[in-house]
Amino acid sequence: MNVAVAKTGSRRAVSDLFASAEGRLPGSPDVIAARREAFESYERLGLPHRRIEEWKYTDLRALVGEVLPLAAAPDAAASKRAAEAVKAHAIAGACKLVLVDGVFAADLSDVKALVAEASFKTLRETLEKDAGLLKTASTDAVIALNAALATDGVVLSIADGAQLSAPIQIIHVATAASTSAYTRSQVVVGKGARVTIVETFVATEAEAYQVNDAVIVSVGDNADVAHVRLMDDAPDAVNITSQFVTIGANVKFNFFNMTTGAAVSRLQGFITLAGEGSELSVNGVNLLKKTEHGDTTLVVDHAVPNCVSREIFRAVIDDRAHSVFQGRIIVRPDAQKTDGKMMTRALLLSDEAEADNKPELEIFADDVSCGHGATAGALDDSLLFYLKARGLPEKQAQALLIQAFVGEAIEQIADDSLREHVIGIAERWLEQRS
Amino acid sequence: MALLEVKDLKVRVEEREILHGLTLTVNEGEVHAIMGPNGSGKSTLSHVIAGKPGYEVTDGQILFKGEDLLEMEPDERAAKGVFLAFQYPVEIPGVATMNFLRTALNAQRKARGESEYSTPDFLKKVREVSKSLNIPQDMLKRGVNVGFSGGEKKRNEVLQMALFEPSLCILDEMDSGLDIDALRIAADGVNALRSPKRAMVVITHYQRLLNYIVPDVVHVMSRGRVVKSGGKELALELEASGYAQFEAA
Amino acid sequence: MPAVQETVERVKRIDVDQYRYGFETLIESDKAPKGLSEETVKFISEKKNEPAWMLQWRLEAYRRWLTMTEPTWARVDYPKIDFQDLYYYAAPKPKKTVSSLDEIDPEILKTYEKLGIPLREVAMLEGVEPKVGEEDPARRKIAVDAVFDSVSVATTFKAELKKAGVIFMPISEAIREHPELVQKYLGSVVPTSDNFYATLNSAVFSDGSFVYVPPGVRCPMELSTYFRINERNTGQFERTLIIADKGSYVSYLEGCTAPQRDENQLHAAVVELVALDDAEIKYSTVQNWYPGNSEGKGGIYNFVTKRGDCRGANSKISWTQVETGSAITWKYPSCILRGDNSRGEFYSIAISNGFQQVDSGTKMIHLGKNTSSRIISKGIAAGKSQNTYRGLVTAHRKATGARNFTACDSLLIGDKCGAHTVPYIEAKNSSATFEHEATTSKISEDVLFYCIQRGLSQEEAVGLVVNGFVKDVLQQLPMEFAVEAQKLISISLEGSVG
Repeated sequence: MNVAVAKTGSRRAVSDLFASAEGRLPGSPDVIAARREAFESYERLGLPHRRIEEWKYTDLRALVGEVLPLAAAPDAAASKRAAEAVKAHAIAGACKLVLVDGVFAADLSDVKALVAEASFKTLRETLEKDAGLLKTASTDAVIALNAALATDGVVLSIADGAQLSAPIQIIHVATAASTSAYTRSQVVVGKGARVTIVETFVATEAEAYQVNDAVIVSVGDNADVAHVRLMDDAPDAVNITSQFVTIGANVKFNFFNMTTGAAVSRLQGFITLAGEGSELSVNGVNLLKKTEHGDTTLVVDHAVPNCVSREIFRAVIDDRAHSVFQGRIIVRPDAQKTDGKMMTRALLLSDEAEADNKPELEIFADDVSCGHGATAGALDDSLLFYLKARGLPEKQAQALLIQAFVGEAIEQIADDSLREHVIGIAERWLEQRS
Repeated sequence: MALLEVKDLKVRVEEREILHGLTLTVNEGEVHAIMGPNGSGKSTLSHVIAGKPGYEVTDGQILFKGEDLLEMEPDERAAKGVFLAFQYPVEIPGVATMNFLRTALNAQRKARGESEYSTPDFLKKVREVSKSLNIPQDMLKRGVNVGFSGGEKKRNEVLQMALFEPSLCILDEMDSGLDIDALRIAADGVNALRSPKRAMVVITHYQRLLNYIVPDVVHVMSRGRVVKSGGKELALELEASGYAQFEAA
Repeated sequence: MPAVQETVERVKRIDVDQYRYGFETLIESDKAPKGLSEETVKFISEKKNEPAWMLQWRLEAYRRWLTMTEPTWARVDYPKIDFQDLYYYAAPKPKKTVSSLDEIDPEILKTYEKLGIPLREVAMLEGVEPKVGEEDPARRKIAVDAVFDSVSVATTFKAELKKAGVIFMPISEAIREHPELVQKYLGSVVPTSDNFYATLNSAVFSDGSFVYVPPGVRCPMELSTYFRINERNTGQFERTLIIADKGSYVSYLEGCTAPQRDENQLHAAVVELVALDDAEIKYSTVQNWYPGNSEGKGGIYNFVTKRGDCRGANSKISWTQVETGSAITWKYPSCILRGDNSRGEFYSIAISNGFQQVDSGTKMIHLGKNTSSRIISKGIAAGKSQNTYRGLVTAHRKATGARNFTACDSLLIGDKCGAHTVPYIEAKNSSATFEHEATTSKISEDVLFYCIQRGLSQEEAVGLVVNGFVKDVLQQLPMEFAVEAQKLISISLEGSVG
């Protein structure tokens, strides 16, 4: 890598970061080789910028600029704060798996409470033998960087036919300011299994930290999976998450994401319907304020015939915030009888708010029914007036309409208590709006 | 005592003057009918009293219980007891009617410094009123006015009137889009709310509605002014002779 | 259903390659040397007797072009074009200023006869005034400017237009006769540096139409330009500039064809529209360049930059296009909604069959206050074609009250083709109201069966459904064009079912 002359300051910093971190990163010689390869691939690309079509609206070079050093192990005080954060954000009855600053924290987790059908390992343990988890087909720079620097993660496998009643909640806690955490997790759901996975991203007193997370999910035939992500990061954090989901036949997969924090966030989901007869529901809510930039990019790939996909996305954008939604439905040449629909709506609460929507259809089969809709606009004045004429003050009338607006996406969460938990976070966001 | 005093009110919409100096006084316990042809400014008057944006008051004043109504936000007016039954009630998807009713009622009570209704009291009250108006319970679980028929929407307006107990009810073209049966149910609901402390302003194009809600005073509006006032017999007179005589003026 | 019946008859008459405009006219032509250099640019400018400022403008564009690279973002795939292996200028001989029809080569007139679309314009070209009772009274007069390869060969109804104050002439003439207008507006909507193909066009454009409608004038007839590429290995680079001054109105039609050839021909046009206060421009295109044969060989590469500037308050620009031809289409007729209360419209039918690749759509750029736009796009993909709608709707921070409605529907006929939708929707202020919807579907088997059961053939049934699918857009075309377009659609889809 004798290209140092051409490097900018921030690129040199990443290079140094990798060099200094390499020794501390877990892994066998294979793993070390895979990391190097991934890092070299990142070096060639650099941070994504607006001239890369997929990153057109989220220019990380402009928004983030530098990559921060890896977080050190949390000290006692930080661990204590992390424990409090876990308590505050835990879902009642869930089995918790906690990562603090990118490293699995056994003492905060409920590993022992996991049912026998759910086998668990850390990424760190897995990498001692196998580099496979560091490899994905993606050529995206942030994913390459994740492979190069992933310190830890959750590797879960749900046995065939297992029916898990309690959700498994993976909680990422950031405690250290101006550091970064690279995590990579895997969830394998066996045939006919039923499980609810929740991922929560929170911080405790940490500012300006960076998260780069990757999750690889594969779902066996006839399984029923609910997957909820709650990105509730600190206001000045950066959270870039990449998600790969492969779905078997006759599966019900219900995905929901809500972003309520972070200066810069992006969830990029790549979901492939690889087995016939499956039903996919993908839903999301962005609640953004101040100068936050929230990006949801979803690619739903119908690789086989006879699947149904539904996407409902809502963005509420206040102040000078910027919401991005890119949703692509791909129907491959053989994927006949595909039924794919997507609806994205943006609600602009301020004159300086911005909503960019790019809903795409890429269709190579003729016997399909696909469509998308997109709207952007302010709250309906006639509805606001009606509510005010009935005695609701402006803010309260707005809040009621905003709740109804995001409700259409939140309603897609089937589990009552989980849905209430999500509504609670949305309500808190609305209350903080002054 | 005068509940509502509109004095020499001039109102513009997008540079065009709609009301050219309208004066109207409504006392407690009275029912006033305002009649007039399309475009005479009837609905503008109701919107300005309720505080709908988009209207510019260039002159005159509106006093409600002696206070300057024009200085208040629409929700403050509601809390003071001004209720507008809309000609076209909006649909609000995603907001359950029951939730809306309770939120609005408690917001008004809070603004008046009163305690919030307890849930059982509230439910009891809603049930009573909705029963008398022939509103089925499952309608209350749906989004506000979403999928309601014309008659159901108007009954929902009367339901709110009964719940919020305003001192001034303005009924804007309540009969529009209703058949006779639906009209009768809605009118019965309104009549049940007549009381010595409450005034009503019934805005209508047709005399028909006034067979069901019998007014104490009838005003004729034309070209942005009240051109004639009289007793309930004035409405019948209009029915026979039409508005043309006032148009020419 | 007389239209369907007629379509079927026409379909029966056409050959296997379904392109009935694919004949070659045997006339001598005057060509520039092959390849592109400053000398080529100078040659063209000299041929056109251009003033020095025009040559300077071209040379600046050429130098800029040398620094640019071909765009690759569109969903089209074609071998790299060798820009040195093309002729940049070809004029039919004898080359002299054409002022009357008698001076036009009879071979060219024959060409018009062979082309279905402008047949009645030929009558006009011949100067035959319709006799009372013979001519359909509903048929309006159309003034035609015909561009053959690179040069404008005839403009009709000049005198009548002149009476109304409308200037309608080849742009090469306008450069000489109305330099003040050309200098003021040329490149003001599509700057010479705009994009690879527009810059190339700025350097080498040979002819095209120029229209100026003075304040308050409603242009008394439809204006029409008819483009044809005839020469082998020739690029056609026409340039159209239309200015509608305050309170004026003009409707402009554009038709295009080319002969059947094995090699690909390049077409890189630029169209600039300027609408000042309260003015309206309606621009309609029926594009039927040779699409290549059933093996995917030959056909026109159509890389076109069309843009309208609603520069004045309350101005309006409306684009309507029926795109059935070209091997490659790369075309985004756009509106810059600069004036307050201005309005932009885009109505499009894009049909691809065989190996055609279409990447087309529009941009609606809302800059002024209370601007509105409407996009109706109908894409039909058949055979092994790829058909992409690509569109941008953006409202800038100060464009308060911006409104857009977009509906893009795609229809797939057969399982070897692709239909794609790539909209970019950017709202940068809260008073913008955008609504976008898109659907992709196939022709319902039930509907087809219903029609067939009622006695229609499979092809008639498809024609019927397709014509219904595109109806909203056809209605936007001037009457004469709409009928032609409807026939063209059915012909383009010939062989796509069964």
